[in-house]
Amino acid sequence: MYFESLAALWDMDGHGIYVWLAYLLTLCPIIVMVWLPIKRFRQHWRWIEAESRRSGIDVGGAAGESAR
Amino acid sequence: MPASESNLTLHGAFARQFSRHARAIIRSPAEVANPLLFFFMVITLFPLGLGPDPQRLAEMAPGILWVVALLSSLMVSGKLFASDYEDGSLEQLAIAPFPLAVLALGEVSAYWLATGFLLALASPIFALMLGLPATGIFTLMVSLLLGTTCLTLIGAVGSALTVSIRRGGMLLSLLIIPLNVPVLIFGTTAVSEAVMGGNATSWLALMGALALGSLAVMPVAIGAALRVSLDQ
Amino acid sequence: MWTIIHKMGSPPWFFRFSGGLVKWLLPLTVCLLLVGAVWGLLIAPPDFRQGNSYRIIYIHVPSAVVALAGYYVMAFAGAVSLVWRIKMADVTMRAVAPVGAALTAIALVTGAIWGKPTWGTWWVWDARITSMLILLFLYLGVVALFEAYENKSAAARACAVLTLVGTVNIPIIYKSVDWWYSLHQPASIKFTGESAIDPSMLYPLLLMIGAFYCLFAVTVLLNMRAELAWNHRDASWLKQLVQGT
Repeated sequence: MYFESLAALWDMDGHGIYVWLAYLLTLCPIIVMVWLPIKRFRQHWRWIEAESRRSGIDVGGAAGESAR
Repeated sequence: MPASESNLTLHGAFARQFSRHARAIIRSPAEVANPLLFFFMVITLFPLGLGPDPQRLAEMAPGILWVVALLSSLMVSGKLFASDYEDGSLEQLAIAPFPLAVLALGEVSAYWLATGFLLALASPIFALMLGLPATGIFTLMVSLLLGTTCLTLIGAVGSALTVSIRRGGMLLSLLIIPLNVPVLIFGTTAVSEAVMGGNATSWLALMGALALGSLAVMPVAIGAALRVSLDQ
Repeated sequence: MWTIIHKMGSPPWFFRFSGGLVKWLLPLTVCLLLVGAVWGLLIAPPDFRQGNSYRIIYIHVPSAVVALAGYYVMAFAGAVSLVWRIKMADVTMRAVAPVGAALTAIALVTGAIWGKPTWGTWWVWDARITSMLILLFLYLGVVALFEAYENKSAAARACAVLTLVGTVNIPIIYKSVDWWYSLHQPASIKFTGESAIDPSMLYPLLLMIGAFYCLFAVTVLLNMRAELAWNHRDASWLKQLVQGT
């Protein structure tokens, strides 16, 4: 550990604002980069799930109706 | 159609494609005049924007001339394959028994003569307007001659890629401006060196290498891109 | 060798393989990034010339390195797509382009922030920064071209042609920008390279480069999986996979 206190870590001899800003502005796009495809994948996954369930129920529903 | 159609050689096909487009260009002189007029007008804007100080204009002249040359090539290349694509002659070319790259090169050469070549010939007038020292004018002409070859070929790749896209103009600039950066740098540096009495030959040689390299590589890319556009 | 290529080209196999891979690669990436950031921010000593502002190097250099490598990955996928017409290569290209653009943007932004304490201005037309800017344009061009085509297999081949032309050009662009900069270099911002970097600073940098490569791989894989799930939404193998969970 190079820094002696949290305040020194935050300040970094006056350069803290730049360093922390750079890390923050890197963290945000990284989170978006990982989160966006996961979200898109989940959407597609749920769509396929709903689609296959719907087609399954459709067949069952038709059968039920004819039985009634 | 001549009777010798069946034994048309590759050279013949190239020459025919070249002359067909050269004739089409001659028939519409406005097409030829437009890039020159554009160049002329944009050159006028610089003294208005930067102030009329001759010293300063002369200092910036190599950069200004080359940036405007790049912009005018950008403006022209958007139209390169547009009419061929619309009237279906591109599909005819694609099924011709000759490499599409060679046929496209014929068309591109005709365009280059009407745009880049003429621009290089007319450039001394524009150079005088900006007060470029006389020592730089010959280098400017040679660099434009070599540089517009690259610009036209790269522009043709961009045009071939975007010809099937409606309103592809902005996209075309995005695609080809980054690829044109080396030509701009070499061209500006060559002219600046010549003005300052330095050695411009090595930079011109680099541009010559770039022009020959583009001449070897780009037609293949143009052919491939045209085929993709026809599939769209 | 050929069987591997063949397998890689098969969506069902790739889908299962990448699903397993992502499960441990994503946590590994997060761990590496955290360890690298803590090491670079807290443990590494400050630079004797630049003080603490140099700590930005631990994100600036890795993102720049991986962004450039990403373009070559895209070019390779483009060549495969053009020559063998493998669908998976199209999907790869499409997945790499936005990730590469984002990494290039990160490198540019962190470079600008680093420039403020080092050079006194946010933006300097430095050779490396200018090259990165041009790389960003190249990436954005590929993304925009992909979006502009309606027929996606034609889009992939168009992007392949563009990327290959770009790949031939990249060394020329870098060299020309280098020369341009050395001709115009202002004396006040001469900046000697970090050739003599101390191991205590080098190890976290290498770790971060590794972490960013993992990040690149994992985001590309995630993008490819999302794309594949949509492209094969009617395929029976995918439906079985969905119902199996």
